[in-house]
Amino acid sequence: MTTLYDRLGGAEAVNAAVDIFYRKVLADDRVNGFFDNTDMDRQIAKQKAFLTMAFGGPNKYTGKDMRTGHKHLVARGLNDSHVDAIIELLGSTLKELGAAPADIAQVAAIAESVRNDVLNR
Amino acid sequence: MHASQGEVPEAAQKGLKTTLRKQNLFLSCQCLPEHDMTVSLPDAQGLDTRAVIASREMLNHNVMRLLLRPESGFACEPGQFISLINGDGLARSYSVANNPVRDGVIELHIRLLKGGMMSDFLREEAAPGETVTVRGPAGNCFYVSDDGRDYPIVLAGTGTGLAPLYGIVKQALAMGHNGAIQLFHGALHSNDLYLVEELLALAAGHAPLRYTPCVLHDAPGSLPGPFYVQGNIEDVVLSALPSDKAPARLFLCGAPEFVNALKRKAFLAGLASRHIFADAFLPSKPMPAAA
Repeated sequence: MTTLYDRLGGAEAVNAAVDIFYRKVLADDRVNGFFDNTDMDRQIAKQKAFLTMAFGGPNKYTGKDMRTGHKHLVARGLNDSHVDAIIELLGSTLKELGAAPADIAQVAAIAESVRNDVLNR
Repeated sequence: MHASQGEVPEAAQKGLKTTLRKQNLFLSCQCLPEHDMTVSLPDAQGLDTRAVIASREMLNHNVMRLLLRPESGFACEPGQFISLINGDGLARSYSVANNPVRDGVIELHIRLLKGGMMSDFLREEAAPGETVTVRGPAGNCFYVSDDGRDYPIVLAGTGTGLAPLYGIVKQALAMGHNGAIQLFHGALHSNDLYLVEELLALAAGHAPLRYTPCVLHDAPGSLPGPFYVQGNIEDVVLSALPSDKAPARLFLCGAPEFVNALKRKAFLAGLASRHIFADAFLPSKPMPAAA
């Protein structure tokens, strides 16, 4: 049985998705305020790690990483609406790449599973 | 990490920019060596080379071209940067504007600042024949032909950000690059431009190359147009991005605000993040006055 990560296309899919996804994030006024003044290359690397995780791929993220990594953003007002927006942008990225609806739902569920860690609650 | 000897397995370089791969940098967590390898932390690879000052020449009212002749073998890609260290241990980073392996000298373009310590040293003490130390090279803003020679290249720099771009352009032409090469040099006033005649001649002699100087303010009495475009280099570059964005490479060097803003705008305009190579020139911190 193939895994979700394999079905989406593995590391190649992450590479193809990262620019599309990050472009959507930077263009979206609901969330782009959290990405001001960030080094683009470092952000792209982080987005790759995030997409690898969301696509069910090999990753070393822990709940603790998610908490410490977003703590300063929660202090700046990061809340559920922003997580919703990111999951939505993730879905539209995958749709653009031609992923199956069932796989897109599975990716959303993985992203959903880290919501409480990201929001530090 | 950096491999100084031995073959780097392909899997250990997967996902890295081509310029990082070319420097034998790899991901240690993905590296299962197939043969013996000699490796080091990437920071530890910069070796010092002694070099003799070969010449000093002013290219405009405040940019000096400094040529250094390395005493021993020195290799670097045009567009990388080195640290120049004088006898007092004063160090500043500059981009390499040529191919030192081919030319036998290292060419640097240095903006002389009033009261700058290195500027004073270069103006007053660094006579030809003086010995300095060169540390490096470092940086991944350079030309690679691994993906063929047909992709469009856009290069944009402000001030002495022209130096690495000048090196990259000459290297691309020397390697026989076929794709369109567009070079933009931004300056506040037309007298801040430099190498104008050389670049116009280079473009006239090489079909793929187009050179566009951009001047923000026109100062009365300065060089007359029409060889430059008046306007903000950011807008000029964005409107000139190739229609075929997927393979295009963008090189950006100079003032950090300019580099970071254009990097983001070009990415949003459709350029691939892995094809954007940027070098933001950070100003050296002024030294506290001696007590």
